Amino acid sequence: MTVVRVAVLRFPGTWSEVDFAHALGLVGADAEIVWHADADLRGYDAAIVPGGFTYGDYLRAGAIAAISPAAAELRRADKEGMPILGSCNGFQILCEIGLLPGALVRNRHLEFRCDWVHMRIESDRTPFTAGLRGEIVRMPIAHGEGCWVADELTLARVEANRQIVFRYTDARGAATPESNPNGSTMNIAGVANEAGNVVGLMPHPERCSEELLGGTDGRRVLEALTASGHTGMTPANVQ
Amino acid sequence: MSVTPMSSGTTAAQPKDLPREAGLTDPEADRVRALLSREPNALEWGMFGAMWSEHCAYKHSKTLLRTLPTTGPRVVLGPGENAGAVDLGGGLLCVFKVESHNHPSAVEPYQGAATGVGGILRDIFAMGARPIAVLNGLFFGPPEEERTRRMIRGVVGGISFYGNCVGIPDVGGHITFAPGYADNPLVNAMCVGIVDRADLRSAATAKPGSAVYLVGSDTGRDGIAGASLLASFELGSGDDAKRPSVQVGNPFVEKLLLEATLELVAEDAVEAIQDLGAAGLTCASSEVAAKSNVGMRIDVDRVPRRATGMLPYEVMLSESQERMLVVARPGREADVERVFARWELHGERIGLVIAAERLDIESGGELVASLPPKALADDAPEYDVRQWMAAPTPAPAPRLESAAVDEPLQKIGLELLQLLGSPDIASRAVLYRTYDQMVGTDTILGPGAGADAAIMRIKGRPDGIAIALDAQPRVASLDPFVGAAAAVAEATRNLVCVGAEPLAITDCLNLGNPERPEGAWQLERTVAGISAACDALGVPVVSGNVSLYNATQGRDIWPTATIGAVGRIADMSKRIAPRTGEPGDLVLLAGSAQVSLAASTYAALRGHTEGAVRIDLALEARLQRFVLAAHARGAIRAAHDRGEGGLGVALAELAIRDRVGMRVTLPAVRGIDKRVMLFGEGPSGIVLVIRTADELLVRAIATEHDVPLWTLGSIGGDILEIAPVLGTPVEALARAHRDGLARALGREL
Repeated sequence: MTVVRVAVLRFPGTWSEVDFAHALGLVGADAEIVWHADADLRGYDAAIVPGGFTYGDYLRAGAIAAISPAAAELRRADKEGMPILGSCNGFQILCEIGLLPGALVRNRHLEFRCDWVHMRIESDRTPFTAGLRGEIVRMPIAHGEGCWVADELTLARVEANRQIVFRYTDARGAATPESNPNGSTMNIAGVANEAGNVVGLMPHPERCSEELLGGTDGRRVLEALTASGHTGMTPANVQ
Repeated sequence: MSVTPMSSGTTAAQPKDLPREAGLTDPEADRVRALLSREPNALEWGMFGAMWSEHCAYKHSKTLLRTLPTTGPRVVLGPGENAGAVDLGGGLLCVFKVESHNHPSAVEPYQGAATGVGGILRDIFAMGARPIAVLNGLFFGPPEEERTRRMIRGVVGGISFYGNCVGIPDVGGHITFAPGYADNPLVNAMCVGIVDRADLRSAATAKPGSAVYLVGSDTGRDGIAGASLLASFELGSGDDAKRPSVQVGNPFVEKLLLEATLELVAEDAVEAIQDLGAAGLTCASSEVAAKSNVGMRIDVDRVPRRATGMLPYEVMLSESQERMLVVARPGREADVERVFARWELHGERIGLVIAAERLDIESGGELVASLPPKALADDAPEYDVRQWMAAPTPAPAPRLESAAVDEPLQKIGLELLQLLGSPDIASRAVLYRTYDQMVGTDTILGPGAGADAAIMRIKGRPDGIAIALDAQPRVASLDPFVGAAAAVAEATRNLVCVGAEPLAITDCLNLGNPERPEGAWQLERTVAGISAACDALGVPVVSGNVSLYNATQGRDIWPTATIGAVGRIADMSKRIAPRTGEPGDLVLLAGSAQVSLAASTYAALRGHTEGAVRIDLALEARLQRFVLAAHARGAIRAAHDRGEGGLGVALAELAIRDRVGMRVTLPAVRGIDKRVMLFGEGPSGIVLVIRTADELLVRAIATEHDVPLWTLGSIGGDILEIAPVLGTPVEALARAHRDGLARALGREL
């Protein structure tokens, strides 16, 4: 199998890039941290937009990173069908860029929340969840603005296109109000774009990729990327 | 030398008595005049006032602090630098320190606590170390009072805001609720970092001819002489105008400053680094110069400002946050500027290191201040509080033990539930869940694990770091010596309970007014207690901080020594995990069974804190060595400190870990009633869980170490049964423990 080359983007204020690079190394990927202003994603097989507080969350979480040179490069890579994963602040950035539907607003209870959550994987038509549909996974969250919202039209389209990828549930897979850590619409924890190559989620797969850290479900998401050999993927072969 | 008479350097309204305005006493002012052999100008008075403040100069504590043990085989750097450092082996050092931010947090809880986190982080990365964990020691008034709840929302919100944004995990700490902290809460922050020995940086290595840069946030009028003066007098005493605005934190700039500093260290482009904290540029420049035996010339006009029309006095004494003084290696100026620019930081070359031991401040082409750095940094007077200290008159004899014994025994089950849900004991999850505990993916045990200490791994190495932050203020309120010693004992014992060998401690001494006889006595006793415990337990003090004048309306807080302890786990696969144990395993109590209700949580809930407290430091040392020796033989399945709430709470917390019950009987000790044995508190007790097959081995090791051991019972079932006094489902215990703090704070469950 060819080694998957993954660009992990670093903006001013990013703090999960090293964690992601470490976790990707554990699944045999060749991860490289790429500075946002120098971002050139050609030659990479996938890109990760990690968590953090880019630009201090000033204006709005992800709003300033969305006008960085990296945003144009992400748009270009998306057009070529590159698998792109945004976690936490990376999810917020991808929504701000317009690569993912909806927006992330302040948690309904108004508090930052760091905890473990359960999620059900709702779709396997993405490079990060291939073969995982229906699985209940457990991952950490750490965010203050993770409540996903969308207007009715967008929500209907997202549902119709099966773009909902992760949903907060209890340990048995039931999407209850108690299992929703931030008040997100319909317990949505992560979504994909229409083509399925771009995925965003609030939880942190890189924080649960080793037994020592209390869980390995995040590793399954990263392994889905490496195992299915998504190199130079086009939207057509994601379906 | 001629220094411009300072019309340009002072505030618009020329104060009449410059030294007093600067916070100096008349004898201190005379000492300044004698050191300089001339009358300082207004700016120079301001600089002396800030540098000779209690906060910066440790005037009332320095003499006592010299008595602390600060050396040992593992110590690389003791007190004196931004933080202390111990050797982890293999060329890696652990750098750590605890610091207070009490007065700013009392005035503005959110920003006060936030900038406290910022300050302690800078202390660590100014050494070239990458911060890997933050812990907090928090002391509040009663949780049911609205002002306490407001205070907690502010302080916890500020810690969460700052630490989460910078991306350093908050992995635990200590929280006490007691009436004495209602007006004067304590906010202590500890940070731990790691650094390769070759990358360790210092403030004491500046050389003549090197360029001096100021980098980070622009300098504003926020907190002019804020921490240095605010923290050097009692709150509410004297002039309100002396209470300046508290500084406002910008964690985003801190994150950039952190990455840029570590990049400069990695590129070996810097000669010396010093963060700007209390007394701002005055302190950073004079300390670097004094420690390096050099001088410095600074052009204040080149300091980037965020306000127009700032006077040299304001620039030199501003305490704007997120700033660093960086001395470039000769020829590496372009590299330094490139790294600043890449991280989008505003860095300006503001001066030059000079050979003459003078701190020359220039503005508009004129010399506006010229002072010997060592006079500022080292020559403040020292006051030996032992000259006027006096112990308070002893409290009336206790009546609690007998009162407690009169209660019917069948209430004990309810009393245990009440204790588990009480604010000092209940789970802190409702607060800690607002802190990112996992960023960095090195947190192996965070605050939610029910463990006695946090554990951080070190990627690529088999060993790990254990960290505990503890205090015993209630014990200290009865006897400050015992309280301080017990805090050192508890912090190190907590490390032992996760299988770590204690290496060193850092101490934050929060006390009242040292100018009063009782405050002086408390300070002396506190330092003596830490010293005695460190000697007995073989752990040196490598860093710390003293916060005095914690009093309101003439009443001192309880003498509060917050102790941060750092230990090493040689092999992470052999750490003691926070488990309950397997059915059939034996439950033992090791150490001391001499407990009392004097400073217990049980008594405090009933409005009493009275009686005698004691500690047997030799027994404590034997106990810790015994547990580590038994663990080295693979004989410890689980361990838990008998802390607040006594043996009953320790057993319950042990059961809660895996939701497994146990059946035990209490040790029979002459003169100690069952209820006292269950809820009484005292140092040097560890509950151990071992395999039955290991009992003989463990007993032999205990005998070898001369440590008393009681077999209490065995693990099994889903009920905590303490014969003959109680039998409570573990699930009920877990619920009480989980919900207690939220309930006390009036929050939704």
